[in-house]
Amino acid sequence: MIPTQWFLILSAILFSIGVCGVLTRKNGITIFMSIELMVNAVNLTFIAYARQFDQLHGLIFVFFIMAIAAAEAAVGLAIFISMYHHKDSIDVDDANLMHW
Amino acid sequence: MTWSDTVFLLPEIILTLGASALLFVPLIGERGAGRSAKWWTLVILGITAASVIVSSNAVVGMTQTATFAAMFALDSFAIFFKLLFLFAIAMVVLMSEDFLRESRYSPWEYYSLLAFALCGMMFMVSGVHLISIYVGLELMSLSSYILAGYYKNEQKSTEAAMKYFILGAVSSAILLYGISLIYGVCGSLNLADIDRAMSTMITNDALMVGIMLLGAGLCFKIAAVPFHVWTPDVYEGAPTPITAFLSTASKAAAFSIFARIFYSGLHHFQLDWSSVLATVSALSMIVGNLAAITQNNLKRMLAYSSIAHAGYALLGIISLNAMGIRGVLLYTLVYVLANLGIWAVILMLRRHEYAGEQVDDFDGLYRRAPFWAFAMVVFLLSLGGIPPTAGFIGKYFLFAAAVQSGFGWLAIIAVLMSAVSMFYYLRIVVAMYLKEGAAAEVSASGSLRFVAAVCLAATLFLGVLPRPLIDQVTYSSRRLLVRALQADGGR
Repeated sequence: MIPTQWFLILSAILFSIGVCGVLTRKNGITIFMSIELMVNAVNLTFIAYARQFDQLHGLIFVFFIMAIAAAEAAVGLAIFISMYHHKDSIDVDDANLMHW
Repeated sequence: MTWSDTVFLLPEIILTLGASALLFVPLIGERGAGRSAKWWTLVILGITAASVIVSSNAVVGMTQTATFAAMFALDSFAIFFKLLFLFAIAMVVLMSEDFLRESRYSPWEYYSLLAFALCGMMFMVSGVHLISIYVGLELMSLSSYILAGYYKNEQKSTEAAMKYFILGAVSSAILLYGISLIYGVCGSLNLADIDRAMSTMITNDALMVGIMLLGAGLCFKIAAVPFHVWTPDVYEGAPTPITAFLSTASKAAAFSIFARIFYSGLHHFQLDWSSVLATVSALSMIVGNLAAITQNNLKRMLAYSSIAHAGYALLGIISLNAMGIRGVLLYTLVYVLANLGIWAVILMLRRHEYAGEQVDDFDGLYRRAPFWAFAMVVFLLSLGGIPPTAGFIGKYFLFAAAVQSGFGWLAIIAVLMSAVSMFYYLRIVVAMYLKEGAAAEVSASGSLRFVAAVCLAATLFLGVLPRPLIDQVTYSSRRLLVRALQADGGR
């Protein structure tokens, strides 16, 4: 059986890639994909721990997270479409009407 | 779990059905008429408030206060906040009428989203399990993202929604990562079980990282420095009634869950997290108040002021004692009252179809509307924490709690920064009383007058006669505190 640590290291790496993506990318959709990567890294952590403890709690949480991530995608993409109507772009650097 | 346990969930069930009904009413003939939407919403909120009372009375007779596999509790703490959220949302509904009529958007979806956000808050504050807390939090957040962008023909509103959404989603992911690490260390997601597991544990890295990430996610929701950058932009861009909602109800909900998690779940490691949160609190007070001084847009000024208020409220969580938790409850209430009042007065001022957003819109308000100028002064004094108003009581409890638990230096920063905050609050007072000008006209509808009058009466009443409220919050915070004190050997 693969030790739990390996899963945890993998999920930490995935989470970090997601954070880097959020911080460095400019395109709204790419940022959103990076956020999804972060969320799925968390899912992996939950599943790894749930397997280690032989519990259902962690697995159930993953289902809730997936359902909420789907809802979040619906809301987020709608906001991006609305943004595109205004700016013809979903580049976050173009969202610069308000500052300081 | 039996059928009778559904009484715990009765308010949420009614509210969910009501919020869904709001979406369907326009389909069966009520098309276009915005007027009745407000009344439908208020009736639904009223029934929900009644059911909160009914179900809390029913729960008193039961042996347990948590149900559904110990995921959902209806304790006095939850009831206090549920009624506070219901009040705040009802006030926001009353404030929104003019905005919806002028912008010609459908009011039904708007009120429905507000009701769903309220449902998320009420569910969250009852959550004693990290799953139910997370689901409630997301229901509130997702509804707020949409509401922030509700003015979709307005570029600023869309931009606010996008910033709020991206940063909100990132903070949720960080919060989740924290939860997953705490789950990994403690083997449970239930706050009581986490508490039990932690009592036999020594400090370890995974747990510390987990608590810090969870704290970071929550600090985003209450808009504390350094997770505050979204606040001014979202508050400025969102429709003004929604800004009122975000800065009162939504913020109160975040405080409530912050207190619940740190008081009843994580208090064993207070020594480890309190120093970090103390830094966050000090930074929030300093950055929030100093940045607010430089603002000319009132919405941005109040956004920075709300960042500073998050810093004050954190004092109550850091100190982890009886004064502290009562301070959080009191402060949340008086902050919500004063802020709702200020937003109502702002909405009364009109200039070019917009609410009075700039500080100079208040020039000479005393001449045109002396009563509302006076109300504004009372609200600002309450935010500043000046004695005859309710804000003083809240700040007194928070500062005293910080001193009691050995954070004297933090209390000193808080007092100094309160003095700084009076500088920009008084700027508005000076504009109203000493300057000339009629840039913005006053057009107060009945509902706006009602909101401002209720908040004014409550702010003054609680400032002069705080005893009933203090007794109430002592009762409401008791259960949360019992657990924190037992574990520390009755400190």
